Amino acid sequence: MAATDRPEMDVKEGVDQETVDAVAKLSGKYKYGWETDIEMEYAPKGVNPDIVKLISEKNDEPEWMTEWRLQAFERWETMSEPDWAMVNYPEIDFQDQYYYARPKSMTEKPKSLDEVDPKLLETYNKLGIPLKEQLILAGVEGAEDYKEGERKVAVDAVFDSVSVGTTFQAELKKAGVIFCSISEAIKEHPELVKKYLGSVVPVSDNFYATLNSAVFSDGSFVYVPPGVRCPMELSTYFRINAENTGQFERTLIIADKGSYVSYLEGCTAPQRDTAQLHAAVVEIIIEEDAEVKYSTVQNWFPGDENGKGGIYNFVTKRADCRGARSKVMWTQVETGSAVTWKYPSCILRGDDSQGEFYSIAIANNYQQADTGTKMVHLGKNTKSRIVSKGISAGKAQNTYRGLVSMHPKAKDSRNYTQCDSLLIGSECGAHTVPYIEVKNNSSRVEHEATTSKVDDDQLFYCRQRGMDEEEAVALVVNGFCKDVLQALPMEFAMEAQQLVAISLEGSVG
Amino acid sequence: MALPKVKIDTTEARLNALSLPAAAGWTQTARQDALSRVTEMGLPIKRDEYWRYTDPTALTSVEPVAASVYASENGDVFGSTECLHVVFVDGVFDAEASDELTLDGVTIERLADSQSADIHWAKDLFGALETAGQNPVQRPLATLNTAFATDGLIIRASGKAAKPIHVSYLQTKTDSDAILRHLVQVDAGAEVTLLESGPAAARFNIVTEVSVADTASFHHVRAQGRDHERRAATAIFARLGTESAFKSFTMTANGVMTRNEVVIELTGDDSIAHVAGVCIGAGRDFHHDDTVFITHDAERCESRQVFKKVLRDNATGVFQGKILVKEGAQKTDGYQISQGLLLDDDSNFLAKPELEIYADDVACSHGSTCGAIDETAIYYLRSRGVPKAEATDLLTLAFLAEALDEIDDETIAETLRDRLAIWLERPQG
Repeated sequence: MAATDRPEMDVKEGVDQETVDAVAKLSGKYKYGWETDIEMEYAPKGVNPDIVKLISEKNDEPEWMTEWRLQAFERWETMSEPDWAMVNYPEIDFQDQYYYARPKSMTEKPKSLDEVDPKLLETYNKLGIPLKEQLILAGVEGAEDYKEGERKVAVDAVFDSVSVGTTFQAELKKAGVIFCSISEAIKEHPELVKKYLGSVVPVSDNFYATLNSAVFSDGSFVYVPPGVRCPMELSTYFRINAENTGQFERTLIIADKGSYVSYLEGCTAPQRDTAQLHAAVVEIIIEEDAEVKYSTVQNWFPGDENGKGGIYNFVTKRADCRGARSKVMWTQVETGSAVTWKYPSCILRGDDSQGEFYSIAIANNYQQADTGTKMVHLGKNTKSRIVSKGISAGKAQNTYRGLVSMHPKAKDSRNYTQCDSLLIGSECGAHTVPYIEVKNNSSRVEHEATTSKVDDDQLFYCRQRGMDEEEAVALVVNGFCKDVLQALPMEFAMEAQQLVAISLEGSVG
Repeated sequence: MALPKVKIDTTEARLNALSLPAAAGWTQTARQDALSRVTEMGLPIKRDEYWRYTDPTALTSVEPVAASVYASENGDVFGSTECLHVVFVDGVFDAEASDELTLDGVTIERLADSQSADIHWAKDLFGALETAGQNPVQRPLATLNTAFATDGLIIRASGKAAKPIHVSYLQTKTDSDAILRHLVQVDAGAEVTLLESGPAAARFNIVTEVSVADTASFHHVRAQGRDHERRAATAIFARLGTESAFKSFTMTANGVMTRNEVVIELTGDDSIAHVAGVCIGAGRDFHHDDTVFITHDAERCESRQVFKKVLRDNATGVFQGKILVKEGAQKTDGYQISQGLLLDDDSNFLAKPELEIYADDVACSHGSTCGAIDETAIYYLRSRGVPKAEATDLLTLAFLAEALDEIDDETIAETLRDRLAIWLERPQG
């Protein structure tokens, strides 16, 4: 939708044109709502063992993988959708979805830029992914020789069901890091995949994770060998393009002893009237002394201002800190999706392991977000920290749901949780549902939560400095989120800050 | 949705063992309605989310689990306060031990007596608040109580009560199973204090419905005794009018299983509701659950929940608290704190402090902490010559103090503070 479709802004007297333009620029509608008109190849609608087999076949998978998927599907058929989250949405017809779609041009790898489907290139251009990376994403052979010497981020882009390309593979290889699509990993590194896939999020974990296990089409795979500090940030870019298509990606990250990796994840989807399904699974295995940072900016299409369309985002993310002194940090900025159901968790198994969770969840219009984390302390002297900032505006509902569990053997462990909610407008809701379970006395758990509205004094201060009300709110909200924004890698922090402003468009006045 | 089989079986077995009173007079309709409701919703089972941390099996079994009778020291918990005494022994009214049920400013009747009539002012109250309290979370044990309550008090305060009403629940049998129901109506401008103490029975299901009219106030202090083995499910349902006040405090020490539910609806502007509790628990059997649900449905209301639990020797303390602020309940001030102090490594503190907020101009906060006693503080006290055990007790009492501050009546607060000190010094024995 073009920016001019924006409802007339109520310009108050004395506000200059520059301010109006600046706010107008910030408050554009969903920026990534366009659709790439590209020829797609679909599997028939619906899900059944044949579709599962077909997906497996399309990915050229070995038999053990097909078997694994079929078992998951069998299990899924016996499960029912969870209903405990504070979200309401019309019943999903799981048979009325496409479970596999990929750009037709990907059937054969293009040899040069000329052969790349220009529409695919255009898509990534629009998404702001640098050209050099576009070449690689488009699968042009030899594209990695384009070197510019700037700060590098290796990207794995997933377009609907398939990974369309991974950048900087060669350079990563030199460092010993494996970064490729999961379908590639299943073929090239079956021993690693076999060992780790499903070891953190078991096949039968929950309804959506089980469905994902059966039908996941692609995703990213990362293996960082012992002692290696990954030379660049790794990033996956997810894009749902095709209509009525569910995206089920699977990410597996293994940080071997003493290694380090920072991983970024971004998501967008076109604007459509019908809701689309996204059910991903992310598994992270962290061995002794290793550290993983996982940052997400989730900006799936949230539905329009009347609550029509949008992505249903049902995601299972879990990190298993297996080794002693291992460390994981989840940072998420959740601004998109019509419905979010997501609880990135940390299993702190290794002694002295650490888990951190920083989250900003913004829900505007008719968005519903039920998100939080689980910190399961199993090892001695484990530490966790949760900072969650929920912002509700319009008619949105925003829930923080979290579990902190100190098991009897997790002596001397520590948790600190802070979850704050901000309400903008009188028709939205902000909810907090923490579970705290302490089973030994040498551990300390602290939980704090507050709910308040945007402070009038702060708004007044900004306004009297000449700021528009909406701008002022964006500034105050950015301040409210500061703790979390600071935890984001630089690339994401800027984007996130702008997203905060954009997501709140139309929430004031 | 169809109920799970285990729930249907449990409910059927329990209901079959009970029978509605033959002549229930004005309570008849409410009782029958409750029976059909409880049949429909089924009794709680361990798998229910609302019973996540407390196993309800002993509360729903056909026969109560046997509970030894201890020489109770509960009788005189409120000894220093002049009260009107009412005594129930194993859930049966003891006329001899009770004072005459007359008190200035208040009328007191017994549920069992009044049922001979077909018309009673309490007809609109009986079961009404319990029914309203079933949404959004079901409380089937309270519904069971509406159907099968055998006795209880019907209290109507029309002025300022001359003195508190003290209800003692004594236990003499190891297998008694009591279901009692109190109804309290506090008229506009009136004030009344209800004190409760004692183990009551091997198994005790008690529900109190309290309607507090505009500008009225209701105070409630409960000492759930020590060294008992009884299992109890208690519930208080309160509805508050404009500028009214509701304050409830519960103290528990040792014993076995207790589930205390408090459900409050603030329906009048500027009303306040305070709910607080302390518990000291020792032993693997000890399981104490405070489940509180406060609904703000009016402007400028204030609610406070303050719960402190001291646990040792495998004891378990549970807190499930919720503040629900409805749309339009602006200027709400909601506060909730739950804290667990674990005196040894085997005890558990399980908490689920919830906020659900649909109004923007509110200040709501909750906090929950759990940990051991501060070693530095102990060290400090020991360095001043205080023996370790005494230092621990001192710090424990300091920890509990915030909750005890919620009691308005200084005399009662002081009595309970002393009692806690004694209970702390001498653990279960």
